[in-house]
Amino acid sequence: MEYFAIIIGAIFVNNVVLAQFLGICPFLGVSSKVETSMGMGAAVTFVMALSSVVVWLIQTYILAPLGIEFMQTIVFILVIAALVQMVEIVLKKVSPSLYQALGIFLPLITTNCAVLGVALLMVQKEYGLLEGLVYSVSTALGFAVALVLFAGMRERLEFEEVPKVFEGVPIALITAALLAMAFMGFSGLV
Amino acid sequence: MSNNRLSLVWKGLIKENPTFVLVLGMCPTLGTTTSAINGLGMGVATMAVLIMSNVVIAMIKNLIPDKVRIPAFIVVIASFVTVIEMLMQAYVPSLYAALGVFIPLIVVNCIILGRAEAFASKNGVLDSALDGVGIGLGFTLSLTVIGAVREILGSGSIFGLSLGISDYMPLVFVLAPGAFLVLGFLMVLFNKYLKK
Amino acid sequence: MESSLKNMVLVLFTITLLSSAAVGGVYLITKEPIAQAKEAAVNNALKQVLPEFEATTKQTIEVNALPIVAHTATVADKAVGYAIESISKNGFGGAIRLMVGFDTEGNIVNINVLEQKETPGLGTKMADEGNALHSSLVGKNAGKVNLTVKKDGGDVDALTAATISSRAYAEAVAIAYEAFKVACGWQSTAGDVATGASKQEQKGGQNE
Repeated sequence: MEYFAIIIGAIFVNNVVLAQFLGICPFLGVSSKVETSMGMGAAVTFVMALSSVVVWLIQTYILAPLGIEFMQTIVFILVIAALVQMVEIVLKKVSPSLYQALGIFLPLITTNCAVLGVALLMVQKEYGLLEGLVYSVSTALGFAVALVLFAGMRERLEFEEVPKVFEGVPIALITAALLAMAFMGFSGLV
Repeated sequence: MSNNRLSLVWKGLIKENPTFVLVLGMCPTLGTTTSAINGLGMGVATMAVLIMSNVVIAMIKNLIPDKVRIPAFIVVIASFVTVIEMLMQAYVPSLYAALGVFIPLIVVNCIILGRAEAFASKNGVLDSALDGVGIGLGFTLSLTVIGAVREILGSGSIFGLSLGISDYMPLVFVLAPGAFLVLGFLMVLFNKYLKK
Repeated sequence: MESSLKNMVLVLFTITLLSSAAVGGVYLITKEPIAQAKEAAVNNALKQVLPEFEATTKQTIEVNALPIVAHTATVADKAVGYAIESISKNGFGGAIRLMVGFDTEGNIVNINVLEQKETPGLGTKMADEGNALHSSLVGKNAGKVNLTVKKDGGDVDALTAATISSRAYAEAVAIAYEAFKVACGWQSTAGDVATGASKQEQKGGQNE
């Protein structure tokens, strides 16, 4: 039941993009096509799941025992950056087809603040390893859901006449506002 | 020359405004601007990190091998963020509590790494500092304006001072959708009147 | 600069070392002020929710399996009031922490919101002066009112459009009262406070 609450909460109620404002850059940047947004969503899910486990282990067995939790930010960002690099190298060797699908998104993920944000929030909420994993995967799925939905809306938008000053980012933001409003309907669910 | 230096600061406000023109650092822009004072606080914290990291990176840029440039920059930035985080926790605890997880997330604010890569790694210390001041001011100004608009429309107050109209204001502007909406419309106004 | 394995490792190592040293230095400098700021916040809250006092002692009491800190305020070694740092995990945006002050009879002196992450403009009103929750509780004897919101058949006025936040607030006050009963020696162990869905059925029994 508790896991169920975490999953629903992270995907819908506290959607990482639309309610917590994390990962806005890729949300605006790679959301013009449904296909690419799916790729990005998958890549983020993969990296987030991996990084949450590594970060949890580092936090519990290195930072906390040594009493140097204040080094969190520095350590976490380095771990995430290194992890992304490693995933890229391993993927290239092991599964070239998957690398072709996700490869171009990987370098972008280091600066996706959702990944670091989730790592920090997970520690803050004092989740255990499994809870943390469930939380980060659900958050990533929430990211993917928001991204794909948004891309679908923007694909439609391409064929509409938009006033010139609204073109590009402004109309995307206003569309996002409507999507965020729709997601507010989930509030109070958990 | 001094004219050039002044324009370094000036360009960050309008021509290369990080929020409305470069569209960078959107997460804190949307996440922390529920009130004018929160926007201002976030802007100043980011500016402090930006100036310090620009200066240090301009100083050490010739010592860093090309291939490890980005990781080295990230370490420098992350250290300054941690320093700012601890200082805020010690001396402005209420603001620190209000900005929450967005303080450590200054690390991944694309503005800071972007300026390190695009400006500080190619220019001198003084110019990099001025660039930091300009872009930082532009960011602070944008965040304060967005925060002020959302605070007025959503809770009927400005910088915490009640305007006595709070019961009639649509709360949605303080909530998530309002953030997107206000930023979208402000960007339209900016494009129409300021971006030439 | 040209990259070779040697200089890459060397430079990264040096930068990391210097950065860690700098961060560690600032940590040592700010450690004391951070602790002071936290303590000042607690002391401030204590002053607001208690009648005048000379000294406080604190103890931890378990309610609903949560460790609750109870401060006993004394004047000339005689207890004059109790301040309970209570918590409810069922807020809309996460946990809500309250400081609830009682006098020796169980009357609520004042309530201070220590921490909340509720929706701005809705649930956050719980921290405003003279809000419905606060004014329907302060001055009442916690043993004589039903500490649930009116929607659930209790005596607490809820905030407009923030029922979940209000329920959590009422729950935290109820938990504080259980801890109070232990702190002032009326009971040796704290009773459980019904939370969430089980709230309604159990309340009927407690009212009698």
